[in-house]
Amino acid sequence: MSIIYFLIGSSVLLALVFLGAFFWAQRTGQNDDLYTPSMRILLEDEQPEEKKSDRNQI
Amino acid sequence: MTGILTAVKTNCYHCGDECEPNLYPADNKQFCCQGCENVYQILSGSGLCSYYQYNDHPGATRDKLNKRFEYLDEQSILNELLDFHDERISIITLYIPHIHCSSCLWLLEQLNRFNPGIHYARVDFLKKRLVVRFDHQKISLRGVVELLFDIGYEPLISLQDIIKKQQRTEKGNLVQRIAVAGFCFGNVMLLSFPEYFGLSGFEQNFRHFFGYINLAFTLPVVFFSGREYFTSAWNNLKKKVLNIDFPLALGIAVLFIRTTAEVLTHTGAGFADTLCGLVFFLLFGKFVQQKTYHHISFERDYRSFFPVAVQTLENGMEKPLPLAVLRPGHRILIRHNEIIPADAILLKGPALIDFSFVTGESVPVGKTLGEIIYAGGRQTSESIELEVIKPVSQSYLTQLWNNEAFTRKRDNRMRTFNETVSKYFTVILIVIAFSALLAWGFTDLRRGIDAFTAVLIVACPCALALSTPFTMSAALSIFDRNLFYLKNTSVVEQLAKIDTLVLDKTGTITTGNTRNAELQSQLNDDQIRQIYSACANSMHPLSRMICRYFGEQERLPVSDYTETPGQGITARVKGSELRIGSGKLLFGNYHETADMTRVHLMIDGEYLGYFGFKHEYREGMEQVSALEPEYQLYLLSGDQDQERRELLRYFRDSSHMRFGQSPQQKLDFIAELQQQGKKVMMLGDGLNDSGALRQSDLGVAVTDNVNNFSPGSDAILDGRSFDKLPAFLRFSKDTVVIIHLSFLISLTYNMIGLSYAVTGKLSPLIAAVLMPLSTATIISFTTLATHFTAKRRKLL
Repeated sequence: MSIIYFLIGSSVLLALVFLGAFFWAQRTGQNDDLYTPSMRILLEDEQPEEKKSDRNQI
Repeated sequence: MTGILTAVKTNCYHCGDECEPNLYPADNKQFCCQGCENVYQILSGSGLCSYYQYNDHPGATRDKLNKRFEYLDEQSILNELLDFHDERISIITLYIPHIHCSSCLWLLEQLNRFNPGIHYARVDFLKKRLVVRFDHQKISLRGVVELLFDIGYEPLISLQDIIKKQQRTEKGNLVQRIAVAGFCFGNVMLLSFPEYFGLSGFEQNFRHFFGYINLAFTLPVVFFSGREYFTSAWNNLKKKVLNIDFPLALGIAVLFIRTTAEVLTHTGAGFADTLCGLVFFLLFGKFVQQKTYHHISFERDYRSFFPVAVQTLENGMEKPLPLAVLRPGHRILIRHNEIIPADAILLKGPALIDFSFVTGESVPVGKTLGEIIYAGGRQTSESIELEVIKPVSQSYLTQLWNNEAFTRKRDNRMRTFNETVSKYFTVILIVIAFSALLAWGFTDLRRGIDAFTAVLIVACPCALALSTPFTMSAALSIFDRNLFYLKNTSVVEQLAKIDTLVLDKTGTITTGNTRNAELQSQLNDDQIRQIYSACANSMHPLSRMICRYFGEQERLPVSDYTETPGQGITARVKGSELRIGSGKLLFGNYHETADMTRVHLMIDGEYLGYFGFKHEYREGMEQVSALEPEYQLYLLSGDQDQERRELLRYFRDSSHMRFGQSPQQKLDFIAELQQQGKKVMMLGDGLNDSGALRQSDLGVAVTDNVNNFSPGSDAILDGRSFDKLPAFLRFSKDTVVIIHLSFLISLTYNMIGLSYAVTGKLSPLIAAVLMPLSTATIISFTTLATHFTAKRRKLL
């Protein structure tokens, strides 16, 4: 049963890593705008050289 | 009325406004004006026509074409506006009101394709903000702003950029504290389960191990997440106030001390799980309470309405000057559509000033040379020159902000239920705790201390502290759905206490521009065409309403056209002489009857009758006036009393209506009502109501577009929901009842807990079950009850 010391230790450590990741995301402003990315993903990436815009025209 | 049908209308490809075909055609597409066409040309020139694919008609109509951003070259102004700048790079956050669809998002993030000097542009859609990073050696800020203007996204730049400075740090910090508390709560729960289910004999050494880990987890919860409860309780204690934070801090402290003692002495498992859960739920309640509207600002004053700089004339040279350094004696140049920033004397040019932001009155007023023009008006005809007679902050309108009502701190206007109740709660709690200690203390000191701490733990008013935020935030979202935006949750309780309503007239109970036009005359088709052609030349709102009244007509050639500000139009159409305007213009001297605004018509000296314009009152004025006698209603108007008779049906009697009130008088009137012990809610819309809004117990700005300018207030009401005002008031009272009920529920839980606690036999398991259970009950009760009452009030 002593394995439980190791298991708890590593699970807490792992959880701390996630907490740290959340802090980092919060500090760098990744959660400041939670709405715009959902719109941005629906827009098409097009390069100015290729005239893709014509193809979009129905 | 007329049998003539003109060509079929079409919609502008850019902005979607209705327009006549082939006025501004380009690439087989129709545009309503030169501005829209220009935007299209710019976009198609840069290969960015996908803009039009994402949405139909994404653009804004572009009636003004001249750009005025010279002031952005001034270094002192630049320094105030930029977020960051070094030798090469500048970063600025701009507020762009027109952002509304995915096309906007797409186009604005492609800014670098217009100019390689722009490195990066990112939109925050909800906040309608654009962050631009650019190389200021390649493109100046003025260049960036002009580019935005050219593609139809004019940023709103004002000195009071509050939106930028809104409380960011507070909320970010709270999220982190919640994260830590939640993290510890989860882990402690996991490690506490063995204790709940019982450990067999050979597992006893784990008990201590789990205890120590649990104790380690409570440290960040108490000293990082829960610290503010201690500081707040201590600060309030110093001010001799007992607020809800005191029993909370006491509960946290006792939980922590007892847990530490039990774990270190190996006498028990402690209450680590209750402690972490308590702090987590409390902080979560705080988070719910902090709802913010990103797109609305409640703190605006005249500075967010006035421009950043004004063009001054010095020795015949034009130079932009920041408003702060504008002094009496400066000569300023105000162009079409610009705002006069300080009281000034008109020196040159035709002044036709629209004071709608100040008074709500939309009909422009003509001014003659030498006359004083008060700050806040918008020039609607050509450029004028003025001499400043008072600095910006001392002007007739702006000196209102020097009033005591604006400088005074307003945090303790009304005591909330929570504040009142927590005082008694704390006292009773401490009395019970000490009597438990005394009762057991003489016989069994150990048990006495157990009972004492158990009382403080179990009676910790967690559910009480949560009932208000959860009810209020549920209420807030109901209001929000009905287009009534409250500044924060405590406004709901203030709303419930209101007993007097004061309404502004223009813009608040009348809708800004729409008036009923009524033609008192018999006109033949020829005359209609003549009048239409003459009026079509004028930009005056009344002329435009006449044109709208007639609908689309054939335009005849007009000659000898003159428009006298404040009087009317004289013109020659198809050989006939037309006079359209006030009685003064037509008859020289004429006394207007006061019941409505009239535009008289005369062709070739023959009087044909008049157009009558009546203000249209907002829908729901009947419902609002039915609030009497439960609420007292007053009218406070800056206008003269032309409409007294019409308004009388909504208000009890003439003594409840005040006309011709200056901004200062409005403020004083509110203060007078308050001295009579009334709780006053003021509804206003213009800058002239700012003082009254501020002075009142609850200031509500009424607006037709929440993104437009509205004066600083506690709440913003969309004009479309004006008829729901009585429902809002009743609903706010229901909310307070719900808070009272949930207080009762949490008291019941406290009683159950206390009955265990006073015996000194509180097991950690009971505490750990009771606390989340009461919290869950309160949250579900408040949420359900709020929705139920909202349905009953037809707000959902």
